[in-house]
Amino acid sequence: MTGLFAAAPSAVSFDTPANIAFAVIAVVMVIAAVRVVTTRNVVHAALWLMIVLGGNGLLYLLLQAEFVAMTQFLVYLGAIVVLFLFGIMLTRAPLGRSDDLDNDQRWMGVAVSLILLVVIGYSLIKTYSDDKLTFGAVRNAGTNAQTQDLATSIFVDYLVPFEVVSVLLLAALIGAIVLARRD
Amino acid sequence: MTGVLSAIELAYWQQTTIRLLAGLVAVLLLTGGVVYLYLFKFVSFMQSRLGPMEAGPYGSLQLLAEVGKWIQKEDISTKDADKFIFGLAPAVVLVSTFLMFVVIPAGPNAVMADLGTGIYYVLAISSLSVIGILMAGWASANKYALMGALRAGGQLIAYELPLVLGVLGVVIQAGSLNLQDIVYAQSNGEIFGISAIGNPYILTQFVAFAIFMIAVQAELTQTPFDMPIAESELVAGYQVEYSGIRFLVYFIAEFATAVGFAAIASTLFLGGWALPASWGFSDTAMHVIGPINVSIKAVFLVGVVFWVRFTFPRFREDQLQRLAWKGLIPLALANIVVTAILKVVF
Repeated sequence: MTGLFAAAPSAVSFDTPANIAFAVIAVVMVIAAVRVVTTRNVVHAALWLMIVLGGNGLLYLLLQAEFVAMTQFLVYLGAIVVLFLFGIMLTRAPLGRSDDLDNDQRWMGVAVSLILLVVIGYSLIKTYSDDKLTFGAVRNAGTNAQTQDLATSIFVDYLVPFEVVSVLLLAALIGAIVLARRD
Repeated sequence: MTGVLSAIELAYWQQTTIRLLAGLVAVLLLTGGVVYLYLFKFVSFMQSRLGPMEAGPYGSLQLLAEVGKWIQKEDISTKDADKFIFGLAPAVVLVSTFLMFVVIPAGPNAVMADLGTGIYYVLAISSLSVIGILMAGWASANKYALMGALRAGGQLIAYELPLVLGVLGVVIQAGSLNLQDIVYAQSNGEIFGISAIGNPYILTQFVAFAIFMIAVQAELTQTPFDMPIAESELVAGYQVEYSGIRFLVYFIAEFATAVGFAAIASTLFLGGWALPASWGFSDTAMHVIGPINVSIKAVFLVGVVFWVRFTFPRFREDQLQRLAWKGLIPLALANIVVTAILKVVF
């Protein structure tokens, strides 16, 4: 799959195929994201969400983060969306339109997402405005080099945050079990 | 390859087209062969009957006759069905099946994409088929289909964990996620200094192999794990409303997935396309021997899957979940710990 983006062997700063691919994926993701909240069918919303999350994985592939992309596919598409669909179908799975899906907090939602956009956009531009992304040839294609880099940064440079996050997740897991079991 | 062939320079798209066509032909031939060999003949002999005998010698063309029959049938769906999702679901299942084959190596160069994250990619892509199954069950507007899809969802989520955790043992021992690296690690490996048969990981990772094969059986929803399509309670589960060519797509996907997982298992545990390095075959010879080698191993492992399928009775839903969560997952975690310790010690 990464071979798809390995067309230009020389390191060019502006790679047309990669940028076209990014534009197409981004447009599809935005349309799908809007449909997630506007569709009148809760199962369709989950399926549109699947397109958004899958497009996210493709963006990771464009950035040559193969391992992160595969994790995105395995965890978000293979587990989380499946869990959403499973939950919807286990409780009620209405076919066709359901009109009670609208939420009267929608203006609050718009405001929150606009604030998020401004905050994230500002911090990203502030931090990375001088960096140039180079697409072009895949580095170390067919080897574990990039996965090893990722492993090194998680288990050497960021070991303490990693362990803190795992304890947090474990606590959330135990909490969920305690809440679910009433006995 | 000979000098003539290596002198030919192919553009990227030409290589890709050739690889796609060769891969498609190999997958469909293997799938068809497996269906004839096991589903038509093997089971018949196990049940003391002959199986199909009329179409072609020993009924070998029966599958083509069946395909012709399915293609002619009318494509129908229920009145309330969500037509778009209903039509999309078989495609999702088929695509996630065929994408699995992209990274399976069949020779020194015979791999469609040599991804660094090879085996992880396979596990991620194969987990997408459950989305297609849930879509099918919901869009059919049939309560049996919905119940079948729910059972499939619960089962496939439960058995995905032992599948991933079982593979981790092999990844730790080989030190790589790349399937070619795993093949070479087995071919060049040695057991206590003996390199006569290399080091096929079935010898050192037999626990992982057992977990992997059981989980594959469940992922394929083959008996004894066929609660999702239990014909005596749910008619055919999520497939109940499908007919004609859409049912054919599910049929192909089911057996192609069996071939795919068997090829993965033979790559991870039986040495894949490679022969032990000490036997001294050159790369040139392996271009020819490799695909045959991995195909024979894969067909043999599909045979094991079908042997279990036709021998065991069906699990009950709670037994099935208990086996995954209380049996296989702790066993797989223990296998990872032991493998990691031994990897550090040796």
